[in-house]
Amino acid sequence: MYWNNNIETISRKDLETLQLTKLKKTLQAASVTPFYKKVFTENNINIEAIKTLEHIKDLPFTTKNDLRLSYPDGMVAVPKKMVVRMHASSGTTGKSTVIFYTAKDISDWADLVARCMVATGATQDDVFQNMMGYGLFTGGLGLHYGAEMLGCMVIPSSSGNTLRQIQLIQDFETTIIHITPSYCLHMVEAIRAEGIDPYELTLKKAYLGAEPYSEATRKKIEEQCGIDAYNSYGLSEMNGPGVAFECTYKNGMHIWEDYYIVEIINPETGEVLQPGEEGELVLTHINREAMPILRYRTRDLTRIIPEPCQCGRTHYRIDRIKGRTDDMLIVSGVNVFPSQIETVLMKFPEIGNNYQIILDRENNLDRMHIKVELYSKLFHGDIKEIDHIKSKLKEALKALITINPRIDLLEPGSLPPSEGKAKRVFDNRML
Amino acid sequence: MAYQVSVFAENKPGKIERITNVLASQNINIRAITINDSGDYGIIKLLLDRPEDGCTALKDEGIAATLKEIVAVKIQDKPGSLHKVAALLKEHSINVDDAYGFTIKPHEESAFVFQVDNPKAAEKVLRDSGYQLLADKELYLL
Repeated sequence: MYWNNNIETISRKDLETLQLTKLKKTLQAASVTPFYKKVFTENNINIEAIKTLEHIKDLPFTTKNDLRLSYPDGMVAVPKKMVVRMHASSGTTGKSTVIFYTAKDISDWADLVARCMVATGATQDDVFQNMMGYGLFTGGLGLHYGAEMLGCMVIPSSSGNTLRQIQLIQDFETTIIHITPSYCLHMVEAIRAEGIDPYELTLKKAYLGAEPYSEATRKKIEEQCGIDAYNSYGLSEMNGPGVAFECTYKNGMHIWEDYYIVEIINPETGEVLQPGEEGELVLTHINREAMPILRYRTRDLTRIIPEPCQCGRTHYRIDRIKGRTDDMLIVSGVNVFPSQIETVLMKFPEIGNNYQIILDRENNLDRMHIKVELYSKLFHGDIKEIDHIKSKLKEALKALITINPRIDLLEPGSLPPSEGKAKRVFDNRML
Repeated sequence: MAYQVSVFAENKPGKIERITNVLASQNINIRAITINDSGDYGIIKLLLDRPEDGCTALKDEGIAATLKEIVAVKIQDKPGSLHKVAALLKEHSINVDDAYGFTIKPHEESAFVFQVDNPKAAEKVLRDSGYQLLADKELYLL
């Protein structure tokens, strides 16, 4: 079953022709943006010289830092009045990375998500409960519009409030949930704690995304909930969810090549690797009006699966994401860089320079624990002052990274000093 | 004027020992000790015969220590004497943040030690009512 038969089963040759046409159009659009105008000039790039898909190698990469530097709208390729929405992710230095969408971008994105959902066997008879956060984060709204386009009834329950989520599943006979894997495991325990057998519920499928997890976790979720679980991949820079999705064969995620040109590179050298080799995923969005992004370094490690899929879709698949090439942490589905935490800590003169970030999983939920030291020179002997600093610090971190961390305030000298390569992050989660 | 040494400490085994070790090696006497606990950490308050030396020695060891002005008043070691001081503080609307006490001579003399926002004002009230205040010197000589 396909959402768009012609495109999903297009021959590789026709797909490549389509990609080249769209790439040329995208380059034209990008060339008017302040950011790419500068990039093209500085690198002596003549976009007319890009005559084959291989020529994409001649373009420089775009990085997250480029997005930050062009904040807020240095990469926008359309007049402001055409923009209908923005999404943003939190930034490491206080500045977010912002993505803009035209009405066509939103509708194309929804179309892509509908395509993903149909690939998992979803139909308009399904009731879709979207447990990803709504708001600036793309996880919630991204799937929302696609599910509506497909004709599902959408329950925009957003994340959290587990008991209400269970109530909604029961009352509205939810068949598909969109959820982070860790929260799914937490929820199934809550379902059992309520005396409900998960197998008695109407649930059929779960779309798992926003954080890395293992095949073993997928199996566990499927067995405990009595459902099929599908891997979902996306990033706001490339729209959000819907970039790649598993079909019913659950053996790698189809990456929609009529929207994205996919490359795998050696993260150290930037060299483009052969299909099948593992490296960093680099994506060029060739189907976006408001904000074309060329050769974007996702920092996600994976490989292309070039072999044809039994489902008949000709678009390549990518393997489960193996990890990151940078130090980004994904905590409860939220992207966090240690440098963001460090920036907050350094704003508190009463706190020393050494810190540790410890991640654990308790009852299937991520817990962040930050160890800091009191700076002895600003110690005034007042316990209320210290309690106040601690709660201010907690609030500041919560505001920036949306995670409520546990804070341990330690005596000066308790943590290893900052010189050299002190290990700051301890990720004890078993994914 | 009297000072206590306030020390930030985690709520873990061995934390008092680390402090007493430093003070013992400097031959400093501890007149009183109390702990202000706030869960994972707390403040250990020490009344020392040589508060400045003690504080410096602790800081030299990398310990977060500071000198804090307190009021130490000599009272009789018999029923009702703390009540008299408390009544006097109440009369002058003086709020006590934290307090402790110790005996100087059993059944004769005790010391009541407390923290207030304005120690000088509190000392004046006590002095005006005939109380003897213990400054560092007196604490040293006790």
